[in-house]
Amino acid sequence: MDHTSSFERLLRGVLVALVLIFFLFPIFWILLMSFQTNETILRIPPSMVFAPTIENYQALITGKLETTAGNLDIAFMRNLWNSVLLSTSSVALSLLLGVPAAYAFARFKFRLGEDIAFTLLSFRFAPPLLVLLPLSLYFKDLHLTNTYIGLIWVYQLICLPLILWIVRGYFEDISPDIEHAYRIAGNSWWKTFTRIAIPLARPGIAAAGLLAFIFAWNNFIFSLVLASADKQPVTVGALAFVTASGIQYGQIAAAIVLSVTPTLLLALYAQRYLVEGLSMGAVKG
Amino acid sequence: MAQLELQCLSKSFGALKVFEGLNLETKSGEIVVIFGGSGTGKTILLRLIAGVDDPTGGDIRIGGQSMIDVAPESRNVGMAFQNFALFPHMSAAENIAAPLNARGATAEVVKIGVDRVARLLKIDHVLDHAPRELSNGQKQRTALARALIAEPNILLLDDPLRNVDAKLRFEMRLELPRLLRQSGSTVLYVTQDYKEAMALADRIAVLAGGSFVQIATPEDIYNKPATADVARLFGDPVINLAEGAPQVRGKTVTFDIAGETIPLDGAYAAYAGRPVRLGIRPEAVEIGPVKDSHMAADVQAVTPYNERTVLLLRSRGGFEFLASLPSSSANIPNFGQSTGVKFNAEGLHVFDRDSGVRLVGQG
Repeated sequence: MDHTSSFERLLRGVLVALVLIFFLFPIFWILLMSFQTNETILRIPPSMVFAPTIENYQALITGKLETTAGNLDIAFMRNLWNSVLLSTSSVALSLLLGVPAAYAFARFKFRLGEDIAFTLLSFRFAPPLLVLLPLSLYFKDLHLTNTYIGLIWVYQLICLPLILWIVRGYFEDISPDIEHAYRIAGNSWWKTFTRIAIPLARPGIAAAGLLAFIFAWNNFIFSLVLASADKQPVTVGALAFVTASGIQYGQIAAAIVLSVTPTLLLALYAQRYLVEGLSMGAVKG
Repeated sequence: MAQLELQCLSKSFGALKVFEGLNLETKSGEIVVIFGGSGTGKTILLRLIAGVDDPTGGDIRIGGQSMIDVAPESRNVGMAFQNFALFPHMSAAENIAAPLNARGATAEVVKIGVDRVARLLKIDHVLDHAPRELSNGQKQRTALARALIAEPNILLLDDPLRNVDAKLRFEMRLELPRLLRQSGSTVLYVTQDYKEAMALADRIAVLAGGSFVQIATPEDIYNKPATADVARLFGDPVINLAEGAPQVRGKTVTFDIAGETIPLDGAYAAYAGRPVRLGIRPEAVEIGPVKDSHMAADVQAVTPYNERTVLLLRSRGGFEFLASLPSSSANIPNFGQSTGVKFNAEGLHVFDRDSGVRLVGQG
C-alpha cells in the first residue's frame, strides 16, 4: 500500500464513495420518508427540507392508521412480532437439524448420502408457487393452515438446504486428523463434535444462520397463502398500506425502517463471527 | 505379555490392498520403528492401531486385549500426527492438556503435567500461544507433548520429524531416544529416514510391498538385510548390486563382475551356478595400491559426503560402483586416476536374483 500515489488513493476514495451512495441512498431516502407525511413525500419537486413528524411511527405502533377515507386498524406490530418469531424459530430448528446433518454428510459416506443431500438442495430449485398448491391441500387435512408450527415447518424449505450445504463445506474443510487427535486424547464422539467440529465451523454456521434468517425474514408467498392476518409476517402485512384512499408512503417507509432493524442488528452482531475465519495453521497445509 | 500385538493384520480399500498378514509383537517400553517408502501404508497402520480406521482383517491386541471395535478414546494410546493436527482454537497449553482433561484430571494436576512435559520439550515459553503463532518445530513438539503427557501404553509417532528444519531434526534425533525411554511407553515410530530409524529403534520393521519384509535390530538390518531391497534402503550411499552367479573353482568360490573375478566366502559354494545379485557395501570397498587387489578401476567422480568421501568407480569391464572412504584416508585418488580395488568380505551380501531374498552362506 506504500506504493500507491495520492491520486490513486483519491480515486479509490471517490469510487468507494460512489458505490456507497448508490447502495445506501435508497435506505437514507426511506429513512427521510418515514418522518414525512404523505403530502410532503408526494410534492413536486421533492425536497430534503421538511418538518419531521413521528406520526407514521405512532400509527404503526398504536395500530391506528388515519387516512382521508377514515380510520383503519392495522396489525403492523403483530406482523413484526410474527416475523421475529417465525424467522428465529425456523433458523433455530434448521440449525438444530441441519448442523448435525451437515456433519454427517461431510464426514461419513453412506448409502444414498449424496442423493439425500442433493434432494434437500433441490428444494431450493422448485418455484414456491409450484409447491404451494399441494401444500395448502395437505395443510388443510393436517390442520396446519394458519399455525406457527405449519409455517415454521414450511420455512425449513428455505432454511434447511442453505444451512446444510454451507455448513457442510466448512466441516469438510476441517482436517479429520484434528478430530481424530481429540478422540485419541480420550474424548467421545459427541464431545469431539461439540468441542472441535462445531467451534471450528462456527464462522460457517454464523454465515449460514444469518443468510437463512434473511431469506426467512424476506419470505412472502408461503405465509400469504398458508396463513391469515394474525400469523402473517411484515412482508405480507405491508400490503395493508395499500388502502382505498391511496398508498401510505410515509407509513410504508416507517414500516421498512422498523422491519429492517432486526436483520441489520443481527448482521452487525454476526459480522465478527463471519470475519473470524478458519484459523488455519494448526495443520500443516 | 506383549504390550502391542498385531495378528495377521490386513487393510484394503476396495480392491486396493494396502497390506496383508502383518504380524508384530512388541515388548513393554520397546521402540519399534516402522520403516518404509511413501505409500507403503505406514500411516494407515498407525491409524488402525489408534482406532481411527478399521482393519479389513486380523487382530490388534493391546495388553492382551483385542482392540477390534474398541473406540479410539478407550485404547489408551497417544499419537502424534505427521501434520500435527493441533486444535486451532486452543492455546498450546490447552492442546497439550487435552488428554489429561479427557481423563478428568484436576486443574492442578493438569498444570503440573503440562509444565513438566513442556519444559522437557522446551516449549514452556510458548504455552499461551495459539497453534498458528507457533513455528513448525514448536508445533511438532506441541503435538509430541500432547501425545506424551498422559503416559499412554502405546505411543504412535507418525514421522514427527518430517516437517521440521534440518537443525531441529538433528537435535530431536539426539533427544528423542531419551525422551521416549523416559515415557516408558511402547513406541511405534514411523519414518522414511533410515538414519532416524537406526538412531532410535530397538527394532526396525521394514514395511514394503504390503508386508513386513524384516523385523530386526538396526545392526541386523544393516549387516544381515533380509532382501536386496532392504539392503538398498539402509545405507547411504546405496549398496552396489552386481548380477552373476557364484562359481566353484577348485577350493575357492568366485564371482564374476563384468569379466573380472573376485573371491567369495567358501560358504557360498552351495549356490554355485545359481543366478544371484551380489551386494557390495560402498564402505567395504578398499582403494589404493592394495597388494591383492581384486580389480582395477577408474575414478569417475569424487564427492565429499559429511566426514566421508564417495567415489564413483568404473571397472575395465564397465561395472560402475560406489565406494565410501573416510575423508581422512591418505589414499583418496583424484578424478580420472586409476586405482586398485578390494572388496572386504563382511560387506558382501548375496541375494537371490529373482526373489531378492538374502542367501546365507552354509558350512
